[in-house]
Amino acid sequence: MKTNRANPLRPLIEFKQVTRVYGSKQAAVWALAGIDLQIYRGDFVAIMGPSGSGKSTCMNILGCMDRPTTGSYLFHGLEVGALSRDQQALLRRHYLGFVFQGFNLLNRTSALENVELPLIYRRISAKERRRRSQWALELVGLRGWERHTPSELSGGQQQRVAIARAMVTNPLVLLADEPTGNLDTARSQQIMELLCTLNRERGLTIVMVTHEPDIAAYAHRIIRFRDGLIESDGH
Amino acid sequence: MIWEAILLALREIRRNVLRSSLTILGIVIGVAAVITMVTLGKGATLQVTSDIAKLGSNMLQVRPGQGFRGPGGARSTSPPLDPKDAEAIANEISGLVAVAPTASENLQAIFGNENWSTTVTGTNNAYFQVRNWPLKAGRKFTDAELSAGASVCILGSTVCQELFGGQDPLGALIRLRKLSCKVIGVLESKGQSSFGMDQDDVVLVPLRTFQRRIAGCQDISAIFLSVKEGFSTEKVRLEIERLMRERRRIQPGSEDDFHVRDMQELVSTLTGTTRLLTALLAAVAAVSLLVGGVGIMNIMLVSATERTREIGIRLAIGAREREVLIQFLVEAVVLSLLGGLAGIAFGLGTAAFGSRLLHVPFVFDPAITLIAFLFSGAVGILFGFFPARRAASLNPIDALRHE
Repeated sequence: MKTNRANPLRPLIEFKQVTRVYGSKQAAVWALAGIDLQIYRGDFVAIMGPSGSGKSTCMNILGCMDRPTTGSYLFHGLEVGALSRDQQALLRRHYLGFVFQGFNLLNRTSALENVELPLIYRRISAKERRRRSQWALELVGLRGWERHTPSELSGGQQQRVAIARAMVTNPLVLLADEPTGNLDTARSQQIMELLCTLNRERGLTIVMVTHEPDIAAYAHRIIRFRDGLIESDGH
Repeated sequence: MIWEAILLALREIRRNVLRSSLTILGIVIGVAAVITMVTLGKGATLQVTSDIAKLGSNMLQVRPGQGFRGPGGARSTSPPLDPKDAEAIANEISGLVAVAPTASENLQAIFGNENWSTTVTGTNNAYFQVRNWPLKAGRKFTDAELSAGASVCILGSTVCQELFGGQDPLGALIRLRKLSCKVIGVLESKGQSSFGMDQDDVVLVPLRTFQRRIAGCQDISAIFLSVKEGFSTEKVRLEIERLMRERRRIQPGSEDDFHVRDMQELVSTLTGTTRLLTALLAAVAAVSLLVGGVGIMNIMLVSATERTREIGIRLAIGAREREVLIQFLVEAVVLSLLGGLAGIAFGLGTAAFGSRLLHVPFVFDPAITLIAFLFSGAVGILFGFFPARRAASLNPIDALRHE
């Protein structure tokens, strides 16, 4: 997949008057009511807002799992709305990493195999997969836990495995949907410090949805949603 | 990718051993049924063929009447055969090994105070060759005995057993109607024919002896002849038919009042019948294979629902629709192929046991084994496709939210 890497001044992610409407006619719900947004490489963005404000919809579109009803979403200069389902899958495979509130690891599957999963779809040899997955687990501080299945790991450790899974492909953007939503304060802090380190040391672009102001405080930029529109955007 | 999918499928199957084995049970039974039916059918066909070969290879029979076709009455109106017919056939038709005219009658054979109702057949030495029937003891008729109509006989093994028990019959005198004749030989046992007749229940005497001293007439009831290796029995049969029509002065356009029975024809009729029956049974068994396929579809649908979240995760991290489809399809195919393998093993075992029980030879047929294996794979693809499509077309957002 070719993207425009030529101009570093162009935003990595650009929304132009993006709307997302569910249902039709009278029953139509405007989840996003026309949003303009630019995210540059190396940003660490927190998205906040009450339930139903459109932040999840925004994340789905950002993650190329949904398309705008109208408007344009350029990822790295590429019009995502025009891509087929499979092309979107390839975009996710090569440029995006996901971290979810519920961890979403495969049960009864070891940490190492969970981390290897995205590499399988990239047709990488078993040996190379193992090497990279071990590197990713080391990155999140889980060396020595490779053989453990999710049920044998704490919530914080599970989320680290999920971050390792997202990082193993070396993505451009990490999309985190309430990554600390199921964790206690101490573990939340550890996860956030990990994300900050990845952002600082590896230049990883992070977009994170959260409810909690103290979690959002780790980000460089906070975008607040209300009723499908951006209420505020600042540092 | 395929290799990864196969490994993954095997892991999924191992995780649910009980469910997987119940799922494939239908396939196992279906494949086993097909293999059993076809193997036993092949064995039966072989049995019938070798039974008929025992009757005499390349043998033709000429008999008066219209054979299988006409009602019983037709035979009685047909004039009997003449000994000269046999001579004419022997002289004028090429490609014959031996010609044996025969005349038969059912009567009592008596020895001491034993008596046994049997078939007495008058014939010549060519009969042994045509029927492919060697002697167990004693000797054949001499030319002198044949031309003089001497009082000698050769016993079938059943008659020998019934009249003499374990005693040596050679040289003994038995009585056939008013004729007292000396036993000069005993035939090898041929066993039952495929039609359930005891072929060994027979007493052979020289044809002339039979005509003069038993039947009191010259009539011949059948002419047995065998065709040389390399000659077409069909062609010889047609030639004999032409010769016989001429000899019996049958007008062109009227029906034959005799028939030439071709053993080859009988072989093909009988094997054709067993083959048809085998095919029918195998078809019924194949239906159960399809039913087994529905079981696979059912479980794959359940599995796809159970693993909705997993599918969501895979889609989110960049699996394409095709890749999820292949994963589920491979799982269904691996399942059904495992079922196929188990079915083949089970079916061959049942067939081996069944063939011993039915006294037919066990014939391993690699072709049908391969076909059954491939067919079970095809069932996996056919019935795995729908659930796999459903899984692959899930929306990743909804799939991830699934509890």
